[in-house]
Amino acid sequence: MNRHRPDRVTDYDRDHPIVVEGLRNSFDGQVIHDDLSLTVRRGEILGVVGGSGTGKSVLMRSIIGLQVPDAGKITVLGDDITAARDDDDIDIRSRWGVLFQGGALFSTLTVAENVEVPLQEFYPGLSDDLRHEIARFKVRLSGLPAEAAAKYPSELSGGMKKRAGLARALALDPELLFLDEPTAGLDPIGAAAFDSLIGALQDTLGLTVFLITHDLDTLYAICDRVAVLADKRVIAVGTIPELLALDHPWIQEYFNGPRGRAARSVGENVSAARDDQPKAKGMDKRPEAGE
Amino acid sequence: MRELSDFTSTTDADGAVTLALSGPLVVSSASRLDAGLRAFDGAVARVDLSQVSAIDTVGAWIAVRLARHHDAEIVGASARARRLIDAIAGTRDDTAIVPPRLPAVRRVLSSVGDYVSGMGTGALAFLEFIGAMMVSMGQLIAHPSQFRGKALVRQMELVGVSALGIVGLMSFLVGVVIAQQGAVQLQQFGAEIYTINLTGRLSFRELGVLMTAIMVAGRSGSAFAAQLGTMKLTEEIDAMRTIGVSPMEALVIPRVLACTLMMVLLGFYASVLAVFGGAAISTLTLDIPFATFLSRIQDVVPLHDLWVGLVKAPVFGAIVALAGCYQGMQVEGNSEEVGLRTTIAVVQAIFAVIVLDAFFAVFFSEVGWG
Repeated sequence: MNRHRPDRVTDYDRDHPIVVEGLRNSFDGQVIHDDLSLTVRRGEILGVVGGSGTGKSVLMRSIIGLQVPDAGKITVLGDDITAARDDDDIDIRSRWGVLFQGGALFSTLTVAENVEVPLQEFYPGLSDDLRHEIARFKVRLSGLPAEAAAKYPSELSGGMKKRAGLARALALDPELLFLDEPTAGLDPIGAAAFDSLIGALQDTLGLTVFLITHDLDTLYAICDRVAVLADKRVIAVGTIPELLALDHPWIQEYFNGPRGRAARSVGENVSAARDDQPKAKGMDKRPEAGE
Repeated sequence: MRELSDFTSTTDADGAVTLALSGPLVVSSASRLDAGLRAFDGAVARVDLSQVSAIDTVGAWIAVRLARHHDAEIVGASARARRLIDAIAGTRDDTAIVPPRLPAVRRVLSSVGDYVSGMGTGALAFLEFIGAMMVSMGQLIAHPSQFRGKALVRQMELVGVSALGIVGLMSFLVGVVIAQQGAVQLQQFGAEIYTINLTGRLSFRELGVLMTAIMVAGRSGSAFAAQLGTMKLTEEIDAMRTIGVSPMEALVIPRVLACTLMMVLLGFYASVLAVFGGAAISTLTLDIPFATFLSRIQDVVPLHDLWVGLVKAPVFGAIVALAGCYQGMQVEGNSEEVGLRTTIAVVQAIFAVIVLDAFFAVFFSEVGWG
């Protein structure tokens, strides 16, 4: 743990924890990304949108080192991910948390044991008692009822699985949180609850969140900026009003289609209500896991 | 050097003790601090966080637990620390994180009980499975157009054709071993010519089919269980049901039929190769020419030996396939089950094959095919 690699870990721009430059990915000759660049700012929730097959998940997998790109440089918290030779070479794994699309919980372990896995792996010195206590409050922090800690993933509903996956992603108090379609497959109430949970956690824990989504409501409700993937690269990054001002057919269709318009009117109401009581939201607004 | 977290206690004029935590209160430095704080004994009135340089939820939890344990008050918390403390303060520290475990004696008794009742329900479920398969078979006979010929051919290739190499090699070597070991014993009576009888009759009656069944159980029975089990987990089987495709028709029957048919062919092939193995070693060590060995086989092996083997083969094949498919369809819950069920499928198949083989041996002797 904490092996220092002066050759790779350089002084980095603390305001930009993720910097992707000139990324190129291809599968069997089919180019997914070409010369893709993206910078994530510290403390923001960046929403990543794009049509199916534009490589949103591949981008995330490249950033967290699961996918080796053909070319390009990815720097996460100052560590050059693309220069890593294997998984163990990435020292900063304890500083990020990843929620995979299906939760990817270890099916033979209970929810609490799932949360304990990264703790045990990175901090074997923690006493059993403290580790159990940490698992308990992480489960609670993710909005799961306390009884869920002792359940196996197969006994959980889809929404609870996502929350359990989030609890595991948050196990090490990461600075970066990667979420792959966190609200996909949830009912609108569950999705809205998950959105506000992520917003509240980001506020409380000071996270930087990289969020892949198809959910327009999520974009309006919690994202500070939105990155649009199209034509094999990030064609635009900005707040939704900034994106709306651009004259790109996909962006216009995405935000001005029937679903986009509906989400926007709701989103405007939400942000209006939010402005009335700025930053007053905390964990007290966290809805109980009801799904 | 990394900054370490620590704590100091001070007593003020009223005798109230203040524990002051200092340094980074984060997960990476938590273990030492936590051990120290757990060992700390005595009343604490205040927990002072003003000297804390960094805090995360684990640090906040340590402060919360300390304050709760000593009924103390947290003072000097930064805005961030206060936010984290508020976020986790509602956690009870007594909720179970693993399902409750019974005491050892009761656990043993209850697992024995589970095992016994599992055998009962397992036998019933297996009967039900066979019944459902019979019904499907009946429907297929009534409507032959629904029969999945392609799936059958595909399974026949997987179970039979691709097993030719390993089954052939195994049988050849078994033939070599029987002939060589048999010859060593028979030479003591000067009866080494009976090596041919031994190799031929044993291969056709017993070993060819039995060894093949064991090999098919390991190769294909396990594959059936793992495949169907994984399909069960990924809800593919549920999807088939809702589309109106019967998993029995599409998955189980082609596998069972393929395994039954291919076992006959593989068993015969294995027996022939075992004879070749025996002939080869006899040529080398006993000076019995290869062609003589083969022509003597025709004289000394009665035709009913071949029938004994060929009657057993489809039965063994069906058992192997049924055990694999049944266990695969029983998978529920998690990926560990797939492994468990696959193991059970292979063990049960091999066990059942050997037990049945013993019955067959007695039966065929009794009916005069000795």
